[in-house]
Amino acid sequence: MSLRRRNFLKAGGALVIGFNLRSVLSAQEPAGRGETPGPPDPKQVDTWLAIHADNTATVYIGFAELGQGNSTALLQVAAEELDLEMSQIKTVRLDTNVTPNQGGTYSSASIQRGGPQLRTAAAEARFALLKLASEKLNTPVDRLTVSKGAVSVSGNAAQSVTYGALVGGELFQLPFTGSAPVKPVSEYKVVGKRVPRNDTPDKVSGKYVYMQHVRVPGMLHGRVVRPRGQSAYGAGAKVVNVDESSIRNIPGARLLRRGDFIGVVAENEWDAVRAAQQLKVTWDTTPTLPGSGALYDQMRSAKTTDRVVADRGDVAAAITQAAHVAAAKYRGPYQAHAPFGPNCALADVKADSALIMCSTQDVYGTRGGLARLLGMPVEKVRVQYYEGSGTYGHSCYDDVAQAATVLSQLAGKPVRLQFMRWDEHGWDNYGPAHVGEVRAAADRAGNIVAYEYEGWQHGWCGVETTAQLLGTPPAEFPAGAVMGVSALNCGGMYAIPNVRLITHQLPAKDYLKGGWLRSPLDLSFSFASEQTLDQLAYLLGMDPYEFRRRNIKDERWLGVLDAVAQAARWKPGRAASKLSDAKVVTGVGIGVGTHLASYGAAVGVIEVNKETGRVVAKHLYGAIDAGQVVNPAFVENQISGQLVQTASRMFKEEVTLSATNVTSLDWNSYPILRFEECPEVTGVVVQRLEQRSTGAGEEVMAAAAAAIGNAFFDATGVRMHEYPLTPKRVLAALQRG
Amino acid sequence: MATQLKIRVNERQWTVAASPDTPLLYVLSNELLLQGPRFGCGLAQCGSCSVLVDGVERRSCVTPVSAVQGKSVTTLEGLPAWYAAQKKVSPPPALHPVQQAMIDEQAVQCGYCFNGMIIKASELLSKVPKPDEAQIRSAMNGHLCRCGAYPRVIKAIQRASQAMAEVTK
Repeated sequence: MSLRRRNFLKAGGALVIGFNLRSVLSAQEPAGRGETPGPPDPKQVDTWLAIHADNTATVYIGFAELGQGNSTALLQVAAEELDLEMSQIKTVRLDTNVTPNQGGTYSSASIQRGGPQLRTAAAEARFALLKLASEKLNTPVDRLTVSKGAVSVSGNAAQSVTYGALVGGELFQLPFTGSAPVKPVSEYKVVGKRVPRNDTPDKVSGKYVYMQHVRVPGMLHGRVVRPRGQSAYGAGAKVVNVDESSIRNIPGARLLRRGDFIGVVAENEWDAVRAAQQLKVTWDTTPTLPGSGALYDQMRSAKTTDRVVADRGDVAAAITQAAHVAAAKYRGPYQAHAPFGPNCALADVKADSALIMCSTQDVYGTRGGLARLLGMPVEKVRVQYYEGSGTYGHSCYDDVAQAATVLSQLAGKPVRLQFMRWDEHGWDNYGPAHVGEVRAAADRAGNIVAYEYEGWQHGWCGVETTAQLLGTPPAEFPAGAVMGVSALNCGGMYAIPNVRLITHQLPAKDYLKGGWLRSPLDLSFSFASEQTLDQLAYLLGMDPYEFRRRNIKDERWLGVLDAVAQAARWKPGRAASKLSDAKVVTGVGIGVGTHLASYGAAVGVIEVNKETGRVVAKHLYGAIDAGQVVNPAFVENQISGQLVQTASRMFKEEVTLSATNVTSLDWNSYPILRFEECPEVTGVVVQRLEQRSTGAGEEVMAAAAAAIGNAFFDATGVRMHEYPLTPKRVLAALQRG
Repeated sequence: MATQLKIRVNERQWTVAASPDTPLLYVLSNELLLQGPRFGCGLAQCGSCSVLVDGVERRSCVTPVSAVQGKSVTTLEGLPAWYAAQKKVSPPPALHPVQQAMIDEQAVQCGYCFNGMIIKASELLSKVPKPDEAQIRSAMNGHLCRCGAYPRVIKAIQRASQAMAEVTK
């Protein structure tokens, strides 16, 4: 045991005050858990974990497993502090009656925010357990050691007692002060190790229960009926006429309607599917959208709310005096979350209470929205989490939960609502489109002296489609750091004396329904910013990696940059110096970027077919510094996924719209990357065990988007100013030269 | 109208009440409560609902239940036994080598697409025991993954191919 820990115990009389055990009813679950509405008191150790008589522990976690492995990684954190084996520890499903409120599972927060909370709670519990063991074994605490949940006297393993024997099945009834010192990193046995994920065996065998699998007795199957593809956010969808006779030939199906919200329910799922497709509804088709062709022009000329994100030095003067100036305008499209399995929810609404099962990133946030919708106090609404398919941000999980709730209320029975593919694709909270205008300048020696970024985009929409169809007026999220120009990704990693960043916020109601999509707006920012800076390196005749090294002073940014260059065996040289007349040309590019914290760098090797315009990534390299990485294998898998998803978003993905509707409604009209186009990927984790953990689920994507843009220039000598790099767009750019 | 239909799923005979045009997926999910095949698009675009019908990968979301009468349907759950019967291994392993390889490669992220991935890869390896990478990519090209698990799925199929070759030796 470390000295710090021993001192705490000697001084720590306060810790054991009130440590009275009381009997509980169940051997596995402490009494009362699950019976009262949460959130449970975060200031109680019992809220976070329970020790069972069989010397195992249950940890209560407020973060959702979304496929990233956090349900295993957070157990590693707790097992480490408690000195338990991974086989002795488990967690339970998120439930507003059971699990603590740690906020939503977004912004890569699980390990960053959740890790420290869980770690200190486990440390506190361990101290209490040691104190009890000390009395039991009649030995001072500093002479005790713990292994696999068994406390024994140092040098006398026979004198031993297990956690289970000490408190098994009892509550701690101990305040969580957060002051118990945690284990020093040098003593780690589980954190930092490549523990395999606990959910994989069930996921490959068909035993894993996804939300889409959940069934309850007496339930009906539901489907919603909406126009195929949303119109402008502010317009919602207006019913002109519903022809109920159009589904009369499906006797099992029942039409349910409240305002503009329309659904069908049936005992048989196929009846519900058929009825939803067959029901004749006339919708108001007044044009509300600019259409794909005019989108960016409308954005650029719209009346905006402007915000200065940063303004230091004198950008204009510095640019006038600089040796080299690069300036360009860039465009990034709306992109969809498009979870692989459309969202699903099951609601059981009774007269004075409701139970909703769904795939939300935030059970407590969703509970609040549902309570408002039902006009019930939050204590009467219980939300349980079941993993769906990967969500990558705010897909339609809240909307489907609300819609299922309305259907259940109207039907008077539990309703399982499965969104169809076109519901999910067509009514998503899309990652917003973006226009970025960048100017940057360098002196003769290669130092960046000035940087300016102006960005146009709208924010996130705060009212779900269901609520809107029921009459709630559209509203926006308050403008926040992650919805405007990013001071981090727009030049923030470089030491630049003169900087000006401006956000031009568009009114969301005139555009598509926006939401946070994995690494929100960052791909667009870096595609624009890092290409502009890359152009400066080109004008200087410098190697783009060397140029970045020269202008980055922060050692952690340099760390990831060097790590990725090394992994990719970067060959120094000026970009576009090996242009050829060949039909198929190859290019290599480098870039840096992140989301809110952590450090990302990427190298892309791409191939451009100049005759067909087809671009494929051959190899993408990504490096991340996320501070202390609890499980490097999980982060490598996250990097791998981020690189492939970035390739998909840079080459394929674009939500298209007509003047009336979104027209991206399935995998044909919204293509994503396939096996034959998939790059080889290499992920590098820059492990910094002594640093605070920061996010790792989205911090390489911006860098990869930049690397792809720069690789295209290296291959062709032409800058792409708009993505995705579709054949049509590539051919047009190559023709312009 | 619902009629009594006899279907063979995972080497067991079932009698289900369904209208003949009901997509097989809804019968497997709601009548047989199987969790392997799952809804993804309902349009045969993604491969989430894949099953084997007489050893051939089919999209159960667009296959009418009546079309599999007299045929043998294998889902993810029945894959180890299907493999054992093919390879004359007794008793059947707990997992098909492709399933085991997905664990060994830690290929899974959300895992929702893995039903289709495993079904399709099992079909491939039953026909082409030692596919090269281009053959794997080509065979798997109709199966989408949104998490970007493709590179590890390719590695897992290669690993499974080796493991199966060793069983045969």
